[in-house]
Amino acid sequence: MQQHHIVGTSVPRKEGRDKVTGAARYVDDMVLPGMLHGATVRSSVPRGKIKKISFGPSVDWNEFVIVTAKDIPGKNCIALILDDQPCLASDTVNHCEEPILLLAHAERHKLRMAVDAVSIEYELLPSVHSMKESERKSTIIWGTDNTLKNYLIEKGDVDSVWKNAAHIVEGEYFTGAQEQLYIENNGVIASFEPEYGVTIWGSLQCPYYVHKALMALCGLPEDKVRVVQMETGGAFGGKEEYPSMIAGHAALLAIKSGKPVKLIYDRMEDMVATTKRHPSRTRHRTAVSKDGQILGGEIEFTIDGGAYATLSSVVLSRGTIHAGGPYYWPSVRIRTKAVATNTPPHGAFRGFGAPQSLFALERHMDRIAQVVGISPIDIRRRNFLKPGQTTTTEQTIKEDIDLDRLLDRALELSGHDAKKKRFAVENKSGKRKKGMGIAAFLHGAGFTGSGERYLNSLVGVEAGSDGVVRVLVSSAEFGQGTNTVLCQIAAEALGLPYENVAIAQPDTTVVPNSGPTVASRTAMIVGKLVQSAAQGIKKTLEKTGLLGNDFTPEQFRSACREYTATHGALKSYARYESPGDVYWDDAKYRGEAYAAFAWAVYIAEVTVDLTTYSVIVNDFVALQEIGKVLNPVLAEGQITGGVAQGIGFALYEKVVWQNGRMLNNQMTNYIMPTSVDLPPIRVFFEELGNIHGAHGAKGIGELPMDGPAPAIVNAVEDALGVGFDSIPLLPEDLFEALHDDSLEQNVSEPVRGTA
Amino acid sequence: MNSSPERSAKCEVSFLVNGKEQKILAHPMERLLDVLRNALGLTGAKEGCGEGECGSCSVLLDGMLVNSCLVPVVQASGASIVTIEGISLHDLMNPLQQAFLECGGAQCGICTPGMILAAVHLLEKKPEPKLDDIREGLAGNLCRCTGYMQIFEAVAKAAQRRVAK
Repeated sequence: MQQHHIVGTSVPRKEGRDKVTGAARYVDDMVLPGMLHGATVRSSVPRGKIKKISFGPSVDWNEFVIVTAKDIPGKNCIALILDDQPCLASDTVNHCEEPILLLAHAERHKLRMAVDAVSIEYELLPSVHSMKESERKSTIIWGTDNTLKNYLIEKGDVDSVWKNAAHIVEGEYFTGAQEQLYIENNGVIASFEPEYGVTIWGSLQCPYYVHKALMALCGLPEDKVRVVQMETGGAFGGKEEYPSMIAGHAALLAIKSGKPVKLIYDRMEDMVATTKRHPSRTRHRTAVSKDGQILGGEIEFTIDGGAYATLSSVVLSRGTIHAGGPYYWPSVRIRTKAVATNTPPHGAFRGFGAPQSLFALERHMDRIAQVVGISPIDIRRRNFLKPGQTTTTEQTIKEDIDLDRLLDRALELSGHDAKKKRFAVENKSGKRKKGMGIAAFLHGAGFTGSGERYLNSLVGVEAGSDGVVRVLVSSAEFGQGTNTVLCQIAAEALGLPYENVAIAQPDTTVVPNSGPTVASRTAMIVGKLVQSAAQGIKKTLEKTGLLGNDFTPEQFRSACREYTATHGALKSYARYESPGDVYWDDAKYRGEAYAAFAWAVYIAEVTVDLTTYSVIVNDFVALQEIGKVLNPVLAEGQITGGVAQGIGFALYEKVVWQNGRMLNNQMTNYIMPTSVDLPPIRVFFEELGNIHGAHGAKGIGELPMDGPAPAIVNAVEDALGVGFDSIPLLPEDLFEALHDDSLEQNVSEPVRGTA
Repeated sequence: MNSSPERSAKCEVSFLVNGKEQKILAHPMERLLDVLRNALGLTGAKEGCGEGECGSCSVLLDGMLVNSCLVPVVQASGASIVTIEGISLHDLMNPLQQAFLECGGAQCGICTPGMILAAVHLLEKKPEPKLDDIREGLAGNLCRCTGYMQIFEAVAKAAQRRVAK
């Protein structure tokens, strides 16, 4: 067993000192000489033809730079997957807040009035505002059938299981849109010089996504687009695809004006115009044996993609693969689709489809337990995946995961059994009802299926003549700890102190494409590449006889000095190599969906106050197996932060829509958890290891988003004896449901499936 | 909001910022946040929401914790203002910064300057805060990354170290 000195310890965050002193530089902190400010004129209608654009007389338009779709030098699209989303609408608009026209001026405060002085006349077209309407297909707004993407997974012969089932349990579950609500709004600065091309400095997750999009939009070659990631004040997926749009806008203004342009959204614009978590609907129909064994099931999972395809196909993919959860399905048919509506496109948000389908599944497991007449604990135990069994995509579980043991430990840590007994007695009187809820789940790390092969990530490590090592990756830091864990991994591989390793600012002229910073892939996949690139440095110095097997940092420094004096720069690169035994069939959606899964059991304790109808989470236990914990403090911070967002998803965060436009686009009326709203979030890890990740690490960033919502809603049902299948669950929803006579009658009959 | 500040004439405003006298010309209704960031180059205070909800623009104004996005600069005339850049002079600064680093109190860092100023303000009033005091004291500062647990820990640790001194 390898001895670790740096990996597995809580070294301080690499850029931490700058952050706690206020010295860290975010894009809005940057000013360029002669810089203009940009603003966006957006559609006020959900769907229509643009008939006329007029510029009001109250503004001296000569002072402004004005950009329309006609000014686009390249292709009018945000290049991503299908390239169906225009950068600026030219003749039709497909959602409210769709960008139509851009303005720039040296004085920022003059822009607001100017935006208001542009009036646009539309010929309205019929628009679609729900998944149901979209599926009805009476109005086609995208493609030939409003379907952005669909998948079908078939395992075994599900049609034969119904006749042998003791119970057939059905349920329908909904999750709402959720705003990422990073505290730093989206923003970029663009500059253009004919000789060097376009440069973007921005708040973003994926420098090379922006690079690709700008090459297409501006019609520029690779070396004429430069993207630099500034310190990024939170992202959570919300800065995965959208920065390509805002960078495109700033670039167009910079090209037209010949001056640098800063384009920073304020909170209202950010919330109303940028991406959110996809709303979802899941239908389950499950065949179950007398003692609670799942025999097979049909799952229909549908997400609302909004007006353009953007990332919906990939979000749907992850939601599809996670729909079966950590359970063994002898047979299953999973039909999923992303449908178009006339809302701003929904996009990446931590969990990426999995929190939606797992909410449904974990609610449904409690429903099955009720129908069968066993406990939520037993229904899970009877169906947990075991090593050697296969997932819904027929991926064999090779790791030695013991979900029973994980569940045992979570039950013990939460004091589940004793509390549940006590609450059953106490809940007989009083207006404050308490309950316990469980969620068991898994989260795949890295890109799905063949995704990592296509990404073909490249990572570099460089040693300077001063012996300082720099990690060269496009993987961005936005709070989750990328800089720190990648430096830890490099330092460990080189046997150098953590302080001797730095990380380069992501700049596409300096760092290779290590892939997007998404999908819980950085520590596991990029980390492994950093490890081998760092080992390459060591090997080079050893081969040239400059370094022995055992060395001090001082010896490493003089070896670097000598090497660079003779040979020039000392760099080592590592490219992703697919593990040989990975099989994935994109057409049948079958095979090894992920190189590794993280596993978790979360338990929530709640109080439902029947005077205020509020749900308070009193205690939260988050137990997970994530392979090697590379940095305990950072890992714990990922879990507590994800759980907090999950609590928001379940109980607070409601996007109110009207005609496909968010109405409550302010922090005043879209409510995220504050420091007084959260329970103690108690985090525990198990470490099984993982052969695919650096030092046995797996992905961790998204996992904690999956479990809180179902655990909490299960706990609410435990407290009240009334189940809820739709989130967010706000006090008004509880009030309404509990005062709905028809529902109360249903509740008195505990069996809701057909026996 | 900074609606049409150009309608009013600029006026001279003087105040102490981080112990240093500053005289600036500004429209009276300009936001203190914009003056700090643009005129004085003190970019540690951040704009998160522009409506006093998130607290990432927090500064101390005559010892009070305020959202600088809600303060017209004329209201700060004659006041003593402390921002994250100046707080290093404060005896609480080092322990708080150190504790935030050790405990994981800063992730993306955008709320951190405001959060630390809120913590300074809290510990000045309550040198030995209980967990509920910390929760209450930071309730005006939103953090989307941490779930707050490690921030509570950092503030408690800084308080303990200071009391132990």
